[in-house]
Amino acid sequence: MAAGIAFILNDQEVDTALPAGTALVDFIRADQRLTGTRVGCREGDCGACTVLLGTPAGGRVRYRAVVSCLFPLADAAGRHVVTVEGLNPEAPNASGLTPVQQAFVSEGASQCGFCTPGLVVSLTAFLLEDPGLESDDAVTAIEGNVCRCTGYVSIRRAVERLLRELRPPLLGASARLPALIGLGVVPAYFAGIAARLRAQQPQALVRKNAVAVAMAGGTDLYVQRGPELAAQELRLLSRQEGFAAIWPAADRIHIGAAAPISDLMESRLLTAALPQLPGFLRLVSSTQIRNRATVGGNIVNASPIGDLSVMLLALDAAIGLRSLRPGGRIRQMKLRDFFLGYKKLDLRPGEVVAWLSIPLPGNGSRFHFEKVARRRHQDIASVNTAIGLDCDNDRIVTAHVAAGGVAPVPLFLKKAAAFLAGREVSSSVVREFITVAESEIAPISDVRGAAAYKKALLRRLLFAHFLELFPGRLGAGDLP
Amino acid sequence: MKQNDVFFHGRGETLFVDDLATFSGLLHAAVLPSPLAHGRIRRLDVAAAARRPGVAAVFTARDIPGDNQIGGIILDEPLLADNEVHYAGQPVALVVAGTARQARQALAAIVLEIEELPALLDPRQAAARGLLIAPPRAFVLGDVDKAWPLCAHVVRGRVDSGGQEHVYLETQAAVAVPGEKDSLRVISATQSPSAVQRIIARVLGLPMSQVAVEVYRLGGAFGGKEDQATAWAVLAALAARALRRPVKLVLERREDMRFTGKRHPYSSDFAIGLDGTGRILAYEVTFYQNAGAAADLSTAILERTLFHAGNSYRIPNVRASGISCRTNLPPFTAFRGFGGPQAMFVLEAALFQAAEKMGLAPAELQRRNLLAEGDELPYGQKVKNCRAQRCFDEAVAAFDLDAGRERVRAFNQANAFCKKGLALMPVCFGISFTSSHLNQAGALVHVYTDGSVSVSTGAVEMGQGVNSKILLVAARTLGIASRRLRMESTCTRRVANTSPTAASTGADLNGKAVERACLEIRGRLLEVAAAALSRDSVAGLELRQESVYLAGKKTDLTWEKLVPAAYMARVNLSAQAHYATPGIHFDRTREKGEPFAYHVYGTALVEATIDGLRGTATVDSVRAVHDAGSSLNPLVDRGQAEGGIVQGIGWMTLEELLYAGDGQLLTDTLSTYKIPDIRSAPPEIEVRFLEDAANPAAVLNSKAVGEPPFMYGIGAYFALLAALRAFRPHKPLPFSSPLTNEKILAWLEEE
Repeated sequence: MAAGIAFILNDQEVDTALPAGTALVDFIRADQRLTGTRVGCREGDCGACTVLLGTPAGGRVRYRAVVSCLFPLADAAGRHVVTVEGLNPEAPNASGLTPVQQAFVSEGASQCGFCTPGLVVSLTAFLLEDPGLESDDAVTAIEGNVCRCTGYVSIRRAVERLLRELRPPLLGASARLPALIGLGVVPAYFAGIAARLRAQQPQALVRKNAVAVAMAGGTDLYVQRGPELAAQELRLLSRQEGFAAIWPAADRIHIGAAAPISDLMESRLLTAALPQLPGFLRLVSSTQIRNRATVGGNIVNASPIGDLSVMLLALDAAIGLRSLRPGGRIRQMKLRDFFLGYKKLDLRPGEVVAWLSIPLPGNGSRFHFEKVARRRHQDIASVNTAIGLDCDNDRIVTAHVAAGGVAPVPLFLKKAAAFLAGREVSSSVVREFITVAESEIAPISDVRGAAAYKKALLRRLLFAHFLELFPGRLGAGDLP
Repeated sequence: MKQNDVFFHGRGETLFVDDLATFSGLLHAAVLPSPLAHGRIRRLDVAAAARRPGVAAVFTARDIPGDNQIGGIILDEPLLADNEVHYAGQPVALVVAGTARQARQALAAIVLEIEELPALLDPRQAAARGLLIAPPRAFVLGDVDKAWPLCAHVVRGRVDSGGQEHVYLETQAAVAVPGEKDSLRVISATQSPSAVQRIIARVLGLPMSQVAVEVYRLGGAFGGKEDQATAWAVLAALAARALRRPVKLVLERREDMRFTGKRHPYSSDFAIGLDGTGRILAYEVTFYQNAGAAADLSTAILERTLFHAGNSYRIPNVRASGISCRTNLPPFTAFRGFGGPQAMFVLEAALFQAAEKMGLAPAELQRRNLLAEGDELPYGQKVKNCRAQRCFDEAVAAFDLDAGRERVRAFNQANAFCKKGLALMPVCFGISFTSSHLNQAGALVHVYTDGSVSVSTGAVEMGQGVNSKILLVAARTLGIASRRLRMESTCTRRVANTSPTAASTGADLNGKAVERACLEIRGRLLEVAAAALSRDSVAGLELRQESVYLAGKKTDLTWEKLVPAAYMARVNLSAQAHYATPGIHFDRTREKGEPFAYHVYGTALVEATIDGLRGTATVDSVRAVHDAGSSLNPLVDRGQAEGGIVQGIGWMTLEELLYAGDGQLLTDTLSTYKIPDIRSAPPEIEVRFLEDAANPAAVLNSKAVGEPPFMYGIGAYFALLAALRAFRPHKPLPFSSPLTNEKILAWLEEE
């Protein structure tokens, strides 16, 4: 057994006795003195601390970009963590730069330089894993990297230059990693990482007699309780059997509570059932955060504005709760019954969210999500809303409607949903539906907008559902 | 390549303050801020905090050996609050401990009792109560009172613009290291090393010669580290000197956002009068500047507001008044544009409303009033080498305004829910510090016997590329490859009495100083060459491409031979030089003079879309014709223009500071204060540099570039207004920035 938390950092095996809850960035910067990974905000909003996280998967190592400020050291165990220093070309190298770094230099896409390593790491993750290497997907890969200097135009040019150079050889290659090594995008030692990880000793997840905090992705816990977590032992739910999987069961799809949002976007099971889902999920935080933030975390956080809570309510989700005590059983209920009040959940002591499940959509199912925030991407909504309909042609058979930011909980609009059942979509039905929905809400004024704004926004977003789901049925004059 | 920061940026090897190799015995500091915006300190007891684990000491105002005063222009700002607190976030005490975490944990053990006093947040209310930072000022040209009766159209109104948080990605940081004989070395993330040095000396009661301030680079600054980096460096120095240990102070993001000043919010009243043909006859404006609780740079910023009240337009009668108002918010400070953007926003709002009243396109009014050669500005300077009309006309032609209008019209006709709008934004921005004495710089150049060269200046690199420009000036002047050159850190021991790297003047001033130092060394080297080549004089000798040339022909005397030969001949291979911008002056008693070495011109065309259902805004594109002179480094200048534009758009549309009624900042994190990300920044930004635009007034015919492009972003506001206008043809529009999604929806909703 490893003495502490053991993993590979760049080309180096490390084994640390630091507390499990230590933020990875602090280990990287303070202990390892790798200062290319920078701290800009400690809440996952700037991306300056982005590192690569390599996880063994089917004989290879699968890499994703994560923010190291919201990442528990313990979850690095058995993995490969790569900072910008671990990407730098090994000597001797003529240019001293990887093609990603060179693209930034050539296009003047680095000004003060504070954010540059994070961008280099994010783009390298994209090159390692993205199948199609389309430029808009490259932009998605760096959405979580804020730059205050460049205005992003030169960064876009760097991305274009990079893809012009690398796309043909990479798409033509039979295997991505050797091709990337050959092109100098990652150093040669990457080739040996999978075998080195396999050779690592198994590690204890929780030290004996330790009081452990249950954590899924940690992207919210670290924002709320970062300094306190630094001294904590953790129980990592993603490492518990079944917690991070997505699986079918009868006429439902189960989503493990510790499945990161990126897994939902890539799940064939989910995207076959809900092809629009990845597009909606792209409105949730950024790539780095989606690589860590989990479905269960989004729900247990109990934010009245959680994007996934609202989507899942409209998908008529059920929730499974598991007691962590020995012999603990599963308790399940409708997700809409789980939210009791502001930050109050029907969650008993010792219980954690194990999974969410949604019914498989039928032929007449329609689903839509709307969100307006101050900024379209990587922002918390002022108001969000989702609708799930089962239709018989244009007649609504059953409806599930939810909204965030308009009540102390992610609100299931029960009366409004009931109103829709059995009706044909028309401007008067939509108008009445909105009136019913407005009778159920109680928005408050805060930094995300005044109460009147949220009310008006919800009315318009509810209208937008029908505009999007029933094209041609409504016009601008129908907006109540 | 490897002498440029950017190479090391890519590899993650450049060092910011918090990245520096750890100092032996390093202690960490944390600041206790005032929780209230206004009050009297009744009790401050740090004894319990001093006993907390790891704590080395706790400092309050009583522990300051010299003056508890960090004010720059006006002495009105204590380092640590004494008796009273004037804003939430004002430093009250400093805890120093073994780790930053221990220091922050111990803050909670400090007993601070404050008797709360009413907080005043509104500049107009402050002005009404006479709470001013300095007496009001007014710039006057002609006589507006005589002009009003001649005007065919007069429009009056009020315009508000919000503040703006800098969000430099590197937060405020400093490390102070005590040295022998009572000296201190302070590594600070500041734009103003000499100001930090002066104020450390003042607060600690030391001569300035005992204090060395050094800056490697800044992770962004944008004005936010001109005055506002000082307090943290002084606090670290205070602790380091008392404890005789190195002390580091790095603000966390939330602390930085709560403690430090931002761009000034303004509230302004205007009246504009035009004749029947749309020529501006008179413009009267009063700017109420929200200065916050202390002067900081507010008076200088207000002055620049007055200088730019007329932007790029010829206005024969002007009365521009400025009132700097004291409120209970953190002292507002420099931010790219330095009061200029606030002024230009008001005038553009006035023109927009006048155009609507006259039934003209705003662009038409703009065009009819552009500055021409020899026009007099409200402060008495006459414009020289005026390029206002050239930039405007080239923008209209190059970006085909007519076709754009037709495309937008067709789009608006075809779309019920989405509407587009276009706006032009001309900019004229004066270059020089308006405090004339600051327009000086020093440089120190050493040539070593192996031919390598070290260059020190007073300029601070913060991503604006000043070092790459200076390097180019040195390489061209000495006639050698840039790989031989090394840009040194900025250190008050090598270059003294530096002006802040600010006002877009970093390359102009320091580049000139370096040019002079290099010319001196070159002159000496050519004397050596003349002797080596047995020539009577240096006539016909040149240094270029690493060799001495005689009458245009390359000789065998290379740089690598020449330099050791000079050393053997006991020739001085070092030079210190100084540059002071010639010809500038300003008389504040008359408010007239020639404060600027020259002006930068340009015009941008902005296109924006509003989703009228969801009430959301998108800035689609910005295209600008910009006057960069003969650009020293087009890649750098393009980057400055693009980055400035997006910051300007952020200020106008997205970035909103929200305060509670008691003066607490509500948007104190990056999750609540949103700056442009790659998706919200316009995907299309095109910057065309004006051709044949040499500028004899600056180094190698270049022009300053840092600030002017920021103001192209103002066009985004008016492009959005044009889009709103397409929804409702007659409803009064809002003139209060930022034009957020919430404000857009409120306008669409209102009856």
